[in-house]
Amino acid sequence: MAADPTARSRKPNTARGARVSSAPWREQAETYITHHRKVARDSALRLWRTPVASLMTWTVMGVALALPVALMLLLVSLQGVSAGWESSARVTAYMSLETSLEHARGLVSDVDADSRVAGVELIPRDRALAEFRASSGLEDALDYLEGNPLPHTLVITPEEDARSADGVAGLVTFIEGLEGVEQVQVDLGWLQRLNAMTELLARAVWALATLLAVAVVLVIGNTVRLSIESRRDEILVAKLVGGTDGFVRRPFLYTGTWFGLGGGIVAWFLLLLSSWWLNGPIEHLARLYRSDFSLSSLGIGGVFLLIIAAMLLGWLGAWVAVKRHLDDIEPGEIAGGG
Amino acid sequence: MIEFRQVTKRYDSDHTALRQVNFHLGRGELAFLTGHSGAGKSTLLKLIMVMERPSAGEVVVGGQLLNRLPKRQIPYIRRHVGVVFQNHQLLFDRTVFENIAMPLEVMGVSPRDVGRRVRAALDKVGLLSKEKMNPLQLSGGEQQRVGIARAVVNKPPLLLADEPTGNLDPDLSADIMNLFAQFSQVGVTVLIASHDLTLISEMGRRTLTLDHGNLIAGGSPLQGGARGR
Repeated sequence: MAADPTARSRKPNTARGARVSSAPWREQAETYITHHRKVARDSALRLWRTPVASLMTWTVMGVALALPVALMLLLVSLQGVSAGWESSARVTAYMSLETSLEHARGLVSDVDADSRVAGVELIPRDRALAEFRASSGLEDALDYLEGNPLPHTLVITPEEDARSADGVAGLVTFIEGLEGVEQVQVDLGWLQRLNAMTELLARAVWALATLLAVAVVLVIGNTVRLSIESRRDEILVAKLVGGTDGFVRRPFLYTGTWFGLGGGIVAWFLLLLSSWWLNGPIEHLARLYRSDFSLSSLGIGGVFLLIIAAMLLGWLGAWVAVKRHLDDIEPGEIAGGG
Repeated sequence: MIEFRQVTKRYDSDHTALRQVNFHLGRGELAFLTGHSGAGKSTLLKLIMVMERPSAGEVVVGGQLLNRLPKRQIPYIRRHVGVVFQNHQLLFDRTVFENIAMPLEVMGVSPRDVGRRVRAALDKVGLLSKEKMNPLQLSGGEQQRVGIARAVVNKPPLLLADEPTGNLDPDLSADIMNLFAQFSQVGVTVLIASHDLTLISEMGRRTLTLDHGNLIAGGSPLQGGARGR
């Protein structure tokens, strides 16, 4: 109470002296933590008390976060596919039509002797025609042909360490140099196109993610701005009785962080839901393509990262709002004119 | 405790709220600040609370020159200045106790001490039994007492009041004034802006009178009636 005679001796000589100076640091730290806990709980309770409004903000944030994360997962899945198929890259060498079967057999042993080659298969022209006839459904058309238009073919599987672009190119040069080889085909073109496309997609996903992150920050910023407006009186009084900027900002920063937490959880839930919904058709499709393609899922670490990122974005949004609007509220206006 | 040296406050080119005001208020002094509406009373109080900065001259509070105080130091000055408003600025979304606890909370006082000190302040203004009520349930006089309890709960050496009895009947006003007199007796410097001239003359204290921004009486302790103590 002011009736305390020690009030005489307390002088605000230095502004710092206004802090509670007698309390030991340990007690001060405890009080500080208690205060943080109280503010965090109060902010959470405020969101809880307006469940519909909070849920709507969480959902907006969840959708905005789930979209880029889903695309990123898809991208990771696609990259897994191309990595898988790269290892099965094959070099196909077509002989000229005049080449005899014996010469082709000789080439097989030549090629097989090369250290870059893991295996060679010879497809004689007769077998190639038979297979083509069986699989293409062009039997009638083939009957009109005089003779077999298909050459002997070597299918070469490169050794593991020769599967790089350079390694394969070297191998191709070597095979092209062999006598009787007319054309060498590396079935990597579609793979390169897929890689180019995933690269493009990756950039698009990052651009989208950046845009949506900005949107999240703005949404949270706006929500926190409304919350600042509705608590204007409280802010004025807190500033009036000597609340520092940090003290006044704290509840709003917690509010933003809680919005982020909720948004992160909603995003996770949406991802679970959509992967559950898509998994059946994707497995079916992959089976049709004889692929082991499957959708990547987030995993514990990923979920953790997603939620932390969401909380950071929420905090950032609140910080933007607080910076713009809180500092404008000064208690000068309540003292009236005169 | 408070010293104004040649203080001028100009809001814009044609509105000067205070002109070269000089005065000094000592520790434990109780003074009134009066003048017609628009004479500069609120501006003077705002300068003490660093809500405004002087255009010229020096404002010293508690030995600290406020003119060039960095913005982030302002809260620490305000913790030494209790303020009571005519409309008391209580928050109606929390109890009487929580309202009074706010100045302690911003200072980081431990929860144990908060309870003890809030109850001491409530006891002083005679509202100990109402700590759990909402300020809305209280009468105007009681609300003003809650405002006073909040202003003094952290034992500031300086107490400012802006029309603290503006909405109260004469009996209640006298009660409030007695409360202020008690604070000044224990060493708190009290400055009360009021235009209730009857009440002021009854109290017989030093009175600073403003007229169109000029301090026309009470500038030196000898001038404006009896000194506080």
